Amino acid sequence: MQELSPTAFLISSSIKVFLVFSVSLLVVAYMTLLERRVSGFIQDRLGPNRVGPFGLLQPIADGIKNFLKEETMPATANRPFFILAPMLSIFLAVVLIGVVPFAAPLPTPWGVVDMVVADIPVGILFILAFSSLGVYGTVLAGWASNNKYAFLGALRSSSQMVSYEVALGLSLIPVFILAGNVTLTEIVWQQQMLGFWYLFPLSLAFLLFVISGFAETNRLPFDMPEAESELVTGYHTEYSSMKFSMFMIGEYAHILVVSALMATLFLGGWSVPFWSGDHMFWYEGMLISGFTAAGEPVAAEPAIWKTLLTLAAFALKTGFFILVFVWVRWTLPRFRYDQVMHLGWKVMLPTSLAYVMLVAATVLVLDQMAVEGFLFGAVLTAVSAVATGIFVFALDRDRIMSGASRSRSGEVREVRTPVAQSGLRPRLAGAEMGGESDYTSK
Amino acid sequence: MAATVKVMRRPAAGTTSYLRSAIKGMGLTFKHMINPDKATHQYPEEPVELSPRWRGTHVMEVHADGRPKCVACGLCPTVCPANCIRLVGGEDDQGNRYPIVYEIDEFRCIFCGMCQEVCPVEAIHVGQHFENAEYTRERFVYDLDRLMEQDHESTLLWDPSDPRSE
Repeated sequence: MQELSPTAFLISSSIKVFLVFSVSLLVVAYMTLLERRVSGFIQDRLGPNRVGPFGLLQPIADGIKNFLKEETMPATANRPFFILAPMLSIFLAVVLIGVVPFAAPLPTPWGVVDMVVADIPVGILFILAFSSLGVYGTVLAGWASNNKYAFLGALRSSSQMVSYEVALGLSLIPVFILAGNVTLTEIVWQQQMLGFWYLFPLSLAFLLFVISGFAETNRLPFDMPEAESELVTGYHTEYSSMKFSMFMIGEYAHILVVSALMATLFLGGWSVPFWSGDHMFWYEGMLISGFTAAGEPVAAEPAIWKTLLTLAAFALKTGFFILVFVWVRWTLPRFRYDQVMHLGWKVMLPTSLAYVMLVAATVLVLDQMAVEGFLFGAVLTAVSAVATGIFVFALDRDRIMSGASRSRSGEVREVRTPVAQSGLRPRLAGAEMGGESDYTSK
Repeated sequence: MAATVKVMRRPAAGTTSYLRSAIKGMGLTFKHMINPDKATHQYPEEPVELSPRWRGTHVMEVHADGRPKCVACGLCPTVCPANCIRLVGGEDDQGNRYPIVYEIDEFRCIFCGMCQEVCPVEAIHVGQHFENAEYTRERFVYDLDRLMEQDHESTLLWDPSDPRSE
């Protein structure tokens, strides 16, 4: 199978850009419906089911509504930045989808087409860079609105996103160590070769990535910048109509990207589990499916049905994470602001640093002992399982976060506090606490 | 009786676990997510079951020959607290009283049901019906013909000797 000619590459890339952009925006639109339906189900309601069959036309109705609504512009707003902010927000979220490989290469009469818009060598670094830029959309929106709530939301989001950016980046370093590359296609290939999804050999990295992914996308329990109950939806308070809608699309596109990344980095991307027929990778200008024992590359056999099957696998994995995002949002309450900072700097950062060292040391030792293949993955899985166990144990012992109101035995434990002992008599100025007071005797 | 205050005791540090509570919460929401028994009532498709004592749109009972049962005694406009009933009574050759004008303004009506309680010939009733939306205010003044045309169930009055309708 040959590579594409420059002309064919140009044409196929244009088609891919168009398709991926429109499909991902369509998915984003339907994620809003999914969110509303699932939140309805969780609250024993049905959710929107009136517009079209099962409410399937609801996103279209919402889109029309958003276009037709009045566009407001606060008199004191900083006009250029106020308009720029939603554009940044949506652009920086949508552009990330371009580097995520979503299916096995597709054979065409003109050559084999990679099922990724831009298979750039810096891959995940591009994603980290652009998702860091994403905070500009939020901060500019908050600043340009000239509104105290929006400003507070922007402040919160900048500190939160900057904090979790660190943990997010560090949680990916074990992946780089294992894959030896930052290109997403190669990370998928390395997972296929190892025979393990990185979820297992790098379980703690996955856990940290999920937590900081939630913080990065500003979703509950980390939705500090929005916090509708305290900040009247924070940074986009002053936005209406399509500008508001652009923030929403940006937010959901971000969820889509993070879900796709979780699937790609830790769940083997588009590869179908327990099947070697979809192993495909460009190696020195040749699409290979693996190596022989002597180290000779074996040519891969791309097929349209393989592309479709792997696309389905990718959609399934990504969809699962999207569902988890929605599910978590309607379960967990928002953290307090200091808890978010505490978790970010005092828990996530040291844990991810320690884990990077652990993985590096383990890989080094295994390389020195020339351990390869299944055993390599199995040893790393065991080491990571222990690390994850220690992390979860520490979380569970309440060293890290105080939780809900039940003790471990399942009963509410009697706690002797000054308030409980005094029998909760109102503390009036001048009145003595406890015993016979002037009020009761007269 | 003095007001009682329930003391919510905060658990001491080290007796709680965020992780377990979170996982438990996820389990609970998942259970509700897949629970097919939803609270939503699909209203226009599934008609609402009204209580037999629901007091809604009025019904004027009709004799077999199509005359209204009303004898224009004037008790219902007298008792009506919202003053929404307009009655002009008349008398025919045999000395039978009948309503010439009988109008109820359903907009002013507070659906207390006292007109039904007070009616000596059980002519005017409040009914088990509520879907009476209209495009103009004038349409809410129901005249005698319109009241006679109402075909929904009339309300079962509360019986003091049988307070639970047993």
